[in-house]
Amino acid sequence: MADWPILSLTTFLPSIGALLILLVRGEEQAVARNAKALALATSLLTFIVSLFILVKFDPSSAGFQLVEEHSWLPALGIQYLRGIDGVSVWFVLASTFLTPVCVLASWDSVEKRVKEFMMSLLLLETMLVGMFTALDFVLFYIFFEGVLLPMFLMIGVWGGPGRIYAAYKFFIYTFIGSVLMLLAIIAMYLQVGTFDMRVMLDHTFDPSMQKILWLAFFAAFAVKTPMWPFHTWLPFAHVEAPTAGSVMLAGVMLKMGGYGLIRANLQMLPIGSATYTNLVFVMSVVAIIYTSLVALAQTDMKKMIAYSSVAHMGYVSMGIFSANAQGLDGAMFQMLSHTVVSAALFLCIGVVYNRLHTREIARYGGMAHNMPKYAVVFMLFMLASVGLPGTSGFVGEFLSMLGAYEANTWVGLFASTGLVFGAAYMLLLYRKLFYGKLEKADVMAMPDLNAKEILYFAPLVAIVIMMGVYPKSFSSVYAASLDHILSHHRDALAAEGLTPPVANPASAFVPAANAGTMSDDHMAAHPATTETPGTEQATEPSTTETPASETPAGAPVQAEPKADANPDAGH
Amino acid sequence: MAVIAAIFLPLLAAFIAGFFGRRIGDRGSQLVTCGAMVAALVLSVMLFIDVAINGHARVVPLANWVASGDFHVDWALRVDTLTAVMLIVVNGVSTMVHIYSVGYMSHDPDKPRFMSYLSLFTFMMLMLVTSDNLLQMFFGWEGVGVASYLLINFWFEKKSANDASMKAFLVNRVGDFGFALGIFSIFIIFGSVEFGTIFPAAAGKAHATFNFLGWHVSALDCACLLLFVGAMGKSAQLGLHTWLPDAMEGPTPVSALIHAATMVTAGVFMLARMSPVFEYAPTALAVVTVLGALTAFVAATIGMTQFDIKRVIAYSTMSQLGYMFFAIGVSAYQAAVFHLMTHAFFKALLFLGAGSVIHAMSGEQDMRKMGGIWRLIPFTYAVMWIGNLALAGVGIPGVFGFAGFYSKDIILEAAYGSGTAVGHFAYWLGIAAAFMTAFYSWRLLIMTFHGKPRASKEVMDHVHESPVVMTGPLTVLAIGALIAGIGGYEWFVGHEARAEFWRGAIQVLHAHDSIHAAHEGREWVGVLPLFVGLAGIALAYVCYMFVPGIPATFTKVVKPLHVLVFNKYFFDQIYDVLFVKPARLLGFGLWKAGDGAIIDGLGPDGVAKTTRGVAAGVSRLQSGYVYHYAFAMVIGVVALVGWFYFKP
Repeated sequence: MADWPILSLTTFLPSIGALLILLVRGEEQAVARNAKALALATSLLTFIVSLFILVKFDPSSAGFQLVEEHSWLPALGIQYLRGIDGVSVWFVLASTFLTPVCVLASWDSVEKRVKEFMMSLLLLETMLVGMFTALDFVLFYIFFEGVLLPMFLMIGVWGGPGRIYAAYKFFIYTFIGSVLMLLAIIAMYLQVGTFDMRVMLDHTFDPSMQKILWLAFFAAFAVKTPMWPFHTWLPFAHVEAPTAGSVMLAGVMLKMGGYGLIRANLQMLPIGSATYTNLVFVMSVVAIIYTSLVALAQTDMKKMIAYSSVAHMGYVSMGIFSANAQGLDGAMFQMLSHTVVSAALFLCIGVVYNRLHTREIARYGGMAHNMPKYAVVFMLFMLASVGLPGTSGFVGEFLSMLGAYEANTWVGLFASTGLVFGAAYMLLLYRKLFYGKLEKADVMAMPDLNAKEILYFAPLVAIVIMMGVYPKSFSSVYAASLDHILSHHRDALAAEGLTPPVANPASAFVPAANAGTMSDDHMAAHPATTETPGTEQATEPSTTETPASETPAGAPVQAEPKADANPDAGH
Repeated sequence: MAVIAAIFLPLLAAFIAGFFGRRIGDRGSQLVTCGAMVAALVLSVMLFIDVAINGHARVVPLANWVASGDFHVDWALRVDTLTAVMLIVVNGVSTMVHIYSVGYMSHDPDKPRFMSYLSLFTFMMLMLVTSDNLLQMFFGWEGVGVASYLLINFWFEKKSANDASMKAFLVNRVGDFGFALGIFSIFIIFGSVEFGTIFPAAAGKAHATFNFLGWHVSALDCACLLLFVGAMGKSAQLGLHTWLPDAMEGPTPVSALIHAATMVTAGVFMLARMSPVFEYAPTALAVVTVLGALTAFVAATIGMTQFDIKRVIAYSTMSQLGYMFFAIGVSAYQAAVFHLMTHAFFKALLFLGAGSVIHAMSGEQDMRKMGGIWRLIPFTYAVMWIGNLALAGVGIPGVFGFAGFYSKDIILEAAYGSGTAVGHFAYWLGIAAAFMTAFYSWRLLIMTFHGKPRASKEVMDHVHESPVVMTGPLTVLAIGALIAGIGGYEWFVGHEARAEFWRGAIQVLHAHDSIHAAHEGREWVGVLPLFVGLAGIALAYVCYMFVPGIPATFTKVVKPLHVLVFNKYFFDQIYDVLFVKPARLLGFGLWKAGDGAIIDGLGPDGVAKTTRGVAAGVSRLQSGYVYHYAFAMVIGVVALVGWFYFKP
């Protein structure tokens, strides 16, 4: 399949599957069974096809690859233009990976209108993949809005009792943001004369115009991400959505915001980004602290995880606009980690929701007794969410905090409090669900994970650990693209005489002239020796006097050089 | 290869016991984990000989870990003398605790899980001490935190265990917050977090300044203080210590391994490891000295008032950790690590001995309900004596001393010898703490073993000596408490031999070399700790054996002070009021008022309401009555005319 339009194939295979499901006729039970089987087959096939994207993708190149270009509405400058770079490739795979997982997770839990549910799920996949691979802004906009439709249906039809309010809240927020984005897209089109995003990426927009365009895009993506204070739709949407809806929402849909912030705001509008960096910092830091505290007060477990998503996405927006290597890498990794971990946590909630049909934390307790496998799986994802080193959650959180600290120590400091707050609510949740005495009869009667559940948790567990122990397996795919974005960003700022925010420029730590007077031979013992060549530290001393300023109270206990300081050790 | 095996065998064992525990059974899990630990211990001893004695320090790179721009960190195992010492301590104590647990947990249904957690902890601790960079140290650091959380909460149906484990994790996370910021600062200053790059560059950065939260501060002082916050959390220094006594909720072998011998000393290890940087951070060192000395003192005062046998030893641990920290503060890193090593043996011994007592007393931990059992469990009694003699630092100068006699003395001598004001402050608080240490140790011995039995008859009838699988490890640790001090003295802190032993694993500026000063110091400085220790023992005999009325009378006389100390200076209550409750309230308030009333009220709900209101208003205008329209028209005309007329 060397020359196949692999992106289009990945995008539209699920739609074809959805059409086939539409044709399924017969008895209700048979229809449900066949629809599920078809959906699973289609989504698995799509996932396999999407793996070829990864195979064919060249990580060393920063440009767009696998580009498909066809004229569509030439009069309006609209093309059918698709392509991926390092930033988008993992999101495509995340969409195709999570869809079969969602089909499996909905296998027994969705009982009414199974056919329509599976169709919505597959259509959602089409829209998501389409959005992440669109390179024409009109196409991008169509898919961006198109995502809402199946999601809206999933919440509205298969949702809980408050679904109408949730759906309408979802609509008001996203609609206002999207309209502003559409205006911005049109304004940019009027400047460059095409909707081709590649052209817009290379075009330098007028600084004053950038500031307005930036705000318009930001409105759309801040709602999607969601950033504080545009986050209040998310807890409601999650609570009402069925498990599969929550998984897709947290796993992939929120990343549309982060993706857009990188693609449109950071890449196309560098001056705008520099102008509003502090705004983003404040919003991100408030999100991290505020939503963590709010999560602490929740009694509904889905709401708690939903709020935790807002906090975790706070690291993403903070990292992106730190505009340094660690910040941007961290943001990207945090998004990927959050994709897996939040999806897994919502699946975990789905496990007990299917058994007891309540999300009330207080209804559970002591499940470590009768569901040990479930307890282990949940523990792992809880620790990943808390950002334990060795799990995926750590790398992204750590790098984005480091990036923020480099840009502004205050932001790094406040963001790091998330280490404490983030742990507090997750431990509280875990404790209330799993520890204590097993007293409630219906909780006691719940069986442990079944084979199907283990089947979809196993790859998630493997990915979380893989990402934590050997993050390069994921980050090497996008490293070149992010490098390119950053250098482009710096150049664009430099042209305007601006620099990205830096709290401590590296030049501040170049050894001063007087610092050279202190060297290793003042050490009573000799420098650490390692057998790795090239790590010797035998800088030859220039003077032998110890400056008095380093003894805390100025007491020269001993002035004579130590005779027994062995000259060399271990070589 | 030996390095990798010594570190990953416990992980493998934890994995097998954890996931296949049911298949291989209790006995199988115990064999696998204990076997792996013994193998790891043998390998550690071989490594120690190779690295510390023969001088073959090495770094074993494993794989790439995190790479982002200039930030580059590998998984790598660094074994130098400091690590080799820690390998012996960690694997030695852990092996003993593993074997002991076979007996201690014999009535527990979840043996494989327990053994698996113990081995997992050991692996994480080994990763911590072999790390070649700060990030991997953070991995081990957090890993031991999780293992500690799991083990404190081993009996997870107990509410007190749930509370204690969460508290331990969260208080440690507060420390980790400082540690993380410290790592960030180190990276900004040095452009790397790998030891091989940082250490040689430290001297050149001694005068660098650093913008921290808008202030220009000394870069290394700032970074070191932040790292110290991390050490405070893990090592239960004053302020972040509240989790340690509560952690005694876990099974006693856990207390011995994690909350006495190994994990709580991670902070000491970290500061010793970072000695090349701390040497250029005088302010940070001064802070470490003062806080360490205060911890040693305050914890000892609390230790004198507690009745739970494990809590007394827990406060004793905290106090001894304070000694180690002020040793570091006066640049006597080698003395701190020496005390870390001897303390690991005798404190593990004390905890496991206490476990043997608790085992004999059918689970009783309150010393007020013990007494009169020394004839019944003579072996336990004897090892507790050895442990306490080592803790109190008893010995005959120049002839023989128990472990603490050497390590505690060199710390105090170095503190005095440093000649600084904070050093003297630490010395005198340390002397006071040494007195109290001896007092509460013999208070514990006498209350537990002597006097009339205060337990019920059933309990007393059941008192029995522990099986050999428990007394064996006690014997090994007792031997350690006997010889670790005299055997290690020359290597660790000897006048001549220490440079040969450490080979640069720890670096001290000449002007800071307080151990050298200690050897040259005055006679009385080194003898005083012994005398106050003996005085403390004597006072304990007087108070608890000969004239038992004294403690009650004394506490009555100084009632307010006793209330303060007995209640642990009210740290828990103050933190509850200052942090825990406000966080809950704030969370609830932000949710209801912030999200609900303000954001939604002004945002989507508000917009919706306003839209509906305007629509309702507009629809009311369309009333259909002609006179309404006429009236509106008149108003419009008047307004228009008025506007033209008054128009400027």
